[in-house]
Amino acid sequence: MADEYIIRNGHVYDPKQGIKGDVMDICIADGKIVSKVSGKAKEIDATGKTVMAGAVEIHAHVAGPKVNEGRNYRPEDKLFTCKATGKTRMEGGFSIPTTFRTGYNYARMGYTTVMEAAMPPLYARHVHEEIKDTPIVDQGAYPVFGNNWFVFEYLKNNEETNVNAYISWLLRVTKGYALKLVNPGGSEAWGWGKNCDGVHDPVPYFDITPAEIMTGLMKANEQLGLPHSIHVHTNNLGNPGNFETTLDTFRLTEGVKPNNKFGREQVFHHTHVQFHSYGGDNWGNFESKAKEIMSYVNQNKNITIDLGCVTLDETTTMTADGPFEHHLTELNHLKWANLDVELETSSGIVPYVYSPDIKVCAIQWAIGLELGLLAKDPMRTYITTDHPNAGPFTRYPRVFGWLMDAKYRNERLSTFKHSEKVNDATSLGSLDREITLYELAQMTRAGPAKALGLTNMCGGLAPGMDADVSVYNINADRLDGASIEKAFSSADQVFKSGVLVVDNNEIVAEPAKRTFWVDVKVPENKQVERDVAMKFLKYYSMNLGNYEVSDHFAPHPYVIEVDAS
Amino acid sequence: MTKTISDVICPFCGTLCDDLVVTVSDDGTKLLDVENACAIGAEKFLHSQASDRVTRPRMLQEDGSAVEVSYDEAIEYTAQLLAKAKKPLMYGWSSTSCEAQSVGSEIAEQVGAIIDNTAAVCHGTTLVAVQNVGIPSCTLGEVKNRADRIIFWGCNPAHAHPRHMSRYSIFPRGYFTGKGHKNRKLIVVDPRTTDTSSLADIHLQVEQGADYELLQALRAAVRGQELTGDIIAGVPKAKVYESAELLKSGRFGVIFFGMGVTQSLGKDHNIDAAIMLTKDLNEYTKFSIIAMRGHYNVTGSGQVLGWQFGFPYSVDLSRGFARYNPGETGSIELLKRKEADAIMVLGSDPGAHFPIRCVREIANLPSVCIDPHITPTSEICKLHVPVAFVGVEVGGNCYRMDNVPIDSRKVVEPPEGMMTDEEFLRAVNTRITEIKAA
Amino acid sequence: MDTVTLTMKMQPELYMEAETISPDQFAAKSSEEIGALPVYMGNEHHTLSDFFDISGNPGKTAADTKIVVSGDLTKVKYIGMKMTGGEVEVLGSPDMYVGAWMAGGTIRVKGNVDSFCGMGMTGGELLIDGNAKNYLGAAYRGDWRGMQGGRIVVGGNAGSDLALFMRGGEIIVNGNVDVHVATHAEGGTVVIKGNAKSRVGGQMVKGDIYVLGEIERMMPSYKYIGDEEIQADGISGTYQVWIGDLGERHGKRKGETIYGKIYLKVKDTGKAAESVRAARKIRLSDDQKKQIKDAFAGKEPGVQEVRAFISDTFGIDIKPMQVSRFIDEMRRKE
Repeated sequence: MADEYIIRNGHVYDPKQGIKGDVMDICIADGKIVSKVSGKAKEIDATGKTVMAGAVEIHAHVAGPKVNEGRNYRPEDKLFTCKATGKTRMEGGFSIPTTFRTGYNYARMGYTTVMEAAMPPLYARHVHEEIKDTPIVDQGAYPVFGNNWFVFEYLKNNEETNVNAYISWLLRVTKGYALKLVNPGGSEAWGWGKNCDGVHDPVPYFDITPAEIMTGLMKANEQLGLPHSIHVHTNNLGNPGNFETTLDTFRLTEGVKPNNKFGREQVFHHTHVQFHSYGGDNWGNFESKAKEIMSYVNQNKNITIDLGCVTLDETTTMTADGPFEHHLTELNHLKWANLDVELETSSGIVPYVYSPDIKVCAIQWAIGLELGLLAKDPMRTYITTDHPNAGPFTRYPRVFGWLMDAKYRNERLSTFKHSEKVNDATSLGSLDREITLYELAQMTRAGPAKALGLTNMCGGLAPGMDADVSVYNINADRLDGASIEKAFSSADQVFKSGVLVVDNNEIVAEPAKRTFWVDVKVPENKQVERDVAMKFLKYYSMNLGNYEVSDHFAPHPYVIEVDAS
Repeated sequence: MTKTISDVICPFCGTLCDDLVVTVSDDGTKLLDVENACAIGAEKFLHSQASDRVTRPRMLQEDGSAVEVSYDEAIEYTAQLLAKAKKPLMYGWSSTSCEAQSVGSEIAEQVGAIIDNTAAVCHGTTLVAVQNVGIPSCTLGEVKNRADRIIFWGCNPAHAHPRHMSRYSIFPRGYFTGKGHKNRKLIVVDPRTTDTSSLADIHLQVEQGADYELLQALRAAVRGQELTGDIIAGVPKAKVYESAELLKSGRFGVIFFGMGVTQSLGKDHNIDAAIMLTKDLNEYTKFSIIAMRGHYNVTGSGQVLGWQFGFPYSVDLSRGFARYNPGETGSIELLKRKEADAIMVLGSDPGAHFPIRCVREIANLPSVCIDPHITPTSEICKLHVPVAFVGVEVGGNCYRMDNVPIDSRKVVEPPEGMMTDEEFLRAVNTRITEIKAA
Repeated sequence: MDTVTLTMKMQPELYMEAETISPDQFAAKSSEEIGALPVYMGNEHHTLSDFFDISGNPGKTAADTKIVVSGDLTKVKYIGMKMTGGEVEVLGSPDMYVGAWMAGGTIRVKGNVDSFCGMGMTGGELLIDGNAKNYLGAAYRGDWRGMQGGRIVVGGNAGSDLALFMRGGEIIVNGNVDVHVATHAEGGTVVIKGNAKSRVGGQMVKGDIYVLGEIERMMPSYKYIGDEEIQADGISGTYQVWIGDLGERHGKRKGETIYGKIYLKVKDTGKAAESVRAARKIRLSDDQKKQIKDAFAGKEPGVQEVRAFISDTFGIDIKPMQVSRFIDEMRRKE
C-alpha cells in the first residue's frame, strides 16, 4: 500500500478545476489525488510555494534509433557533462542525455508524463527498450504514419475501412500511442533524394499529395476516436517563407469535428510551430510570421500547437524529416546522419549551434516566444523546445522565465549582436504580456493532458486523478526570470502516481513507470491482413512474424482501449 | 513426432536472417534440423547439440587442467574478482542479447569497470568515423526496394555474410527494383580476387593500404577535379573516373564496407572518407552507406551502451561517470599498457583475435570467460562459465547491421541445469551488491 | 612567480589520473591543501600527497604559479589539463593528455609524452623536448573543433593523427611524423622539419602544412601549382606549393576558392623516398617449425602456449588460427 501524503498550504494552480493560486491542501492516497487523508498521512509543508500537477510533455525526442544515434555519434556532447551521483544510475549528456538522465531530469523539473514524438514502426522495439530504461516518467510513443506505403495506397484508393484497420494494427503491433506525421510524403520522396515542399506537391510514384495524406489520416483518427488527434510536423520546415505552407496545412482542418470519448477538442495538433512560422524568401530577409500563424490558431478551436522554442544552445537536431537534415548539413557542414526506413519513413541528425551572435538564430528565438505570448488560449498552446531540436528540454525553466518576465526577456533581446535587426524582423519587443503561473499550468499540464486525451488521468489535481504533483519553491510575489528558472529547474517535491520521487530537489525513488499505448478494436479485415502479409513477403527485410513488439518490452503497460468496431 | 518453428532468427552474423525454420523434437529438448540458414548459421544451431559440450563451470588449475565447479562457486568467484578489482575490464558482449548486456552495464557501474565490446577490434573505427562525420544510411529493405548501385569495399559477403547478397543487396527484386540484379551495377573494391569480386561490373584492385587515397581520389573525381598521377592507389586513373560516373548515374546507391577498410592503414579515416564520398554523392543522386557488422549483436551492444552511457564501445566507468576515448579506453590498449587489473569476457573470443601481448596479459590477470564454447579465451582464463546459447536456447533482443532490432527466439531447451548468461550475470550483480554493502 | 615542486615518491600500481596538477588548481592553496587534492587510480580515490612529496608554495593566481614535477611519470595522465596560466615543468616522461584543453600558460616536458596531448587546446604553449605519440593537438572524439589556438613544439618525432580537425594555432615538429597530418583541418599551421609518411592534409578544408623533409606519398587529390620562395618557422627556401584536398568542400573569399596548402621544401637532390609496402603475411620457416616441434615433443600443447613460445623465441605474433593449423600439422606428422 502506497503512503498517504498531505501537501499543506501551497498556492495551488490547477486549470482542470479552475484553481488559481488558492492556498489549500492536496491529499494523496493509493496513488491518487483524494479529498482527504487519515491522520497517518505524511505532511509536506508547501507554505509560500507553488503546487501544480506533474507536467506533461507532449513532444520530445527522447527514445529510439535516431536519439541513440545522436548520443553515440556525439561523444563531445558528453565531455565534462557526466556526473558521479552514487545513488542513481550514472548520468551523462547535455543535448541528448542518456535514458537515465532523461528520466531523472524530467522528474527533477516536475514532469511525470513524457511522449516520444516519433517512432519508426520497424524500430518500435528499440524505442520501447529505451523507454523501459528511462526511469520514473510515464511514456508513450507516436508511430510515424505520414510516409507509410500502406497509408499512401489505401488513401489514394479511398479505402477508409482499410486505413482504419491498418492504423489499428500498426498501433497494436508497435504499442504506439498516436498518429504522427512528419513531412508527409516528403520523407518518402527523400528515398530518391527529393522532397515535397508544399502540401499539394505530389509524392513521387505514389500519386498522392501531403494534403491528401493529412486529411485522410485526420478523418481516420476521428472515425476511430483515438485519444490524441493526428500529430503533425508539416512540409517545408525551417525554410524562409514557409508560413504559407503552415497556413495551407491548418486550413485542411476546416469543418473537421473531433470525435472521441476522452475529452479532446482538437482534430489536429501541429508541433514545433516556431520552425514553421517564417517569412521572407532568403536568410537575408528572413522574418517572423508569428502574428499570421497565431491569428489563425486563435480563431480555430480544433487546432492545438506546441512552440518549439529556441534556447540558444549548442544542440543536436533530429527529425524524421530526412530532407530537412540534409539541407541543414549543407548550411552548417556539420556531421550528418541519415536513416531511411523501408516503407515507413526517413530521418536525419545534425548538430547545430544556435548562437546569439547569429541573426537568424536570434530571430528564431524571438519567434518561439512570440507564438507563446500571442496565444489567446493557453489550453491550446504548449511549451516545448522540440527537444533536442531547438534546445534541450532541461532549458524549459529558462523558457518559462522568458515567457513570464518581460524584463528578463527584453534583457536577452537587447543584448544580441544584431538586436536591432531582430527587432525589425519580429514583434517580440512590443509584447509586454507575462505568462502567469496559472497560464503556465495550462501550457504545461492541463492543456497537453487534454490534447492527449488524458485529461481525466493526469495534468490536474482533481480527486480521482493520478497523484502526479510538483511543489516548487516560488510564488506569484517573486516571479523574476532568474527565480523562475531556478525554481522550475529543480522541484522541491515531486510525486509520481503517489510515490515521492523527488524530495529536497533529489531523486529519492524510482517506482515502476508505465508505457501508454492505444488498442483500437476494429472489425476484422481480411483484405488488410492479406496486404500486410504480402508487403512483408515482398518488400520488408524482416519477417512479419518478428515485427510485433512483444509484451516484455513494456513490462508495465497502460493500455487505452478504444472500441471502433 | 517433431515440431517446426518458423521465423527463427539466426544468431551468427550481423545480417541477422529471421526466416529460418527449425525442427525440434516433440519435447523441445533436441534440435533436429535447420532450414534456410547458410552453412555457418546451421552449424551454430547444430553445435548446441554436441555431445561433448561443457555444461558446468570449470576452474583452471596450476597444472593447466580444468576442474568442474558449481555455478554458485562460479558466481562467488566472479563477484569477488570484479568487486575487488580497481580497474576491471568487461569485454565482449557481441554474441549475447541486449537483456544480458544491460545487466552487464549494471555490474560495470557497481564496480567501476571499463566495458567494451568487439567493435574494439572490428568496426570501432567505423563508430569513430561516424562520430567525426556522421553517416547517411538506410535499412537493408531500402537497398532491396530501391538500390541500383552497390559497392562492396573491403568485404567479401559471399563468405562472411553468406545470405546478404540474396536477401538484401544484389539479387532480390523489390518495389522499385523488379528486375533484381539485372538493374544493379556492382563495384567491388578489394586487392584480391574473391567470390564477391567475380560478380562485379567493376573490380577496383586497390593497392593494399591505400584505400584512403583511392576514396579521396574518387571524391575529387565526383567533383570533376583533376587527379595527380596516372595510377591512383593501384587503379588506373581512367577507371577512377569511370567509377565516379557510374556512381553518380544511379538512382539509389549503397556502399557496404567491411574489415578490409576498417582495420587497414588509417582505420577510421578510411571510413570517414567513404562516408564523405556517400555524402558528396547525395548532391547528385541518393546514396547510403552501411557497415557489414560481424557478430550478430555487436550492434546491439553499441545501442545499449549508447542509451545507458552515451558511447557505443570502450566506455570507462572507473571514476563513477562515463568516459570514452578509443586509443586509451579500448581493450587492446588497456591490456597492452597493463592498465586493467582483472578481466571478464562474455560472448567473444579475444584469445583468438587479440595480439599476443594482450592475450598474455589476459592470462596473467584474474579472469573469467563466460561462453557456451570452449575457446582460445576459455583456455587461458582462470574460470570458464558455460552458458546457454542465446538465440537457440534462450531468446533476447538483437540488432541487425542496419540497427534494426529483432527479438531472437528460443527454439530448444538448454542441457539440464545450465544457466543463461543473463541469469548468471544477475546472480553476480546481486552478489556484488552484497559484497559492496558489507 | 612562486614555485611548487612535486617529486614522485611512490609509483602508482595502475595508471593515475592527475588533472589536479595544474596551476589553476594549485593557486592560492597551502601545501597541505595541495597535498589533499584528489588523484584517481581506477575506481579508487587518492590524494596528491600519497604519491608526491610537495614543497614550495603557489602564487595567488594561476598566472603566478609554477609547478615542477619530477620522478618516473610514465603512469601519470592529465598533467596541466585545462590550465589557463602559469607554468608547469615536467622533468620526466608523463603519459597521456598533457595540456589537454589547455587555454593559457606554458608546459615544458623534458622527456617524451604519450597520446592525446594538447587535445582541444585553445591557447598557451606546450613544449615537448622528446617525442610525442598519436593525436597531438587533435580534437576530442566527435568534436569538429580541434586545436583552436596556442602553440605546440616537439623536439623529436610525433605519431599519427597530428592536428586532427585543427582550426587554429601552430604545431612545430622538429623530427618526423606518422600518417595523417592535419586531417579535416580548417585553419592553423603545421610545420614538419623532418619527413612525413602519407595522408598529409587529407580532407583538409583550409590551413597550411610545411614539410621540410620528404613526403613519402602525396595524396592524389592534391595539385601542384608552382614554387614559392618562403619561410617556414624561420627556414627560408624554395617550396613546392600543393593545393587540396580537392575531394573536400572549400569556402570562397572574394570569389576565390580557398584551399588547404602544403608547402614542400625543394631538396638539392630531390629524390623521392621509397614507399613502404604493407607487411607480408608471416610464415614460419622450416627451421623454426622444427624448433617448435622439438620444444613440445611428446606434449599436447594448447594454442596459446605455442603462440606464446613463438612470440618469445622468434619475436613474431601469429594468429591463433594459423597456430592451430600448425599444431594439427605437427600431430599428423607424428
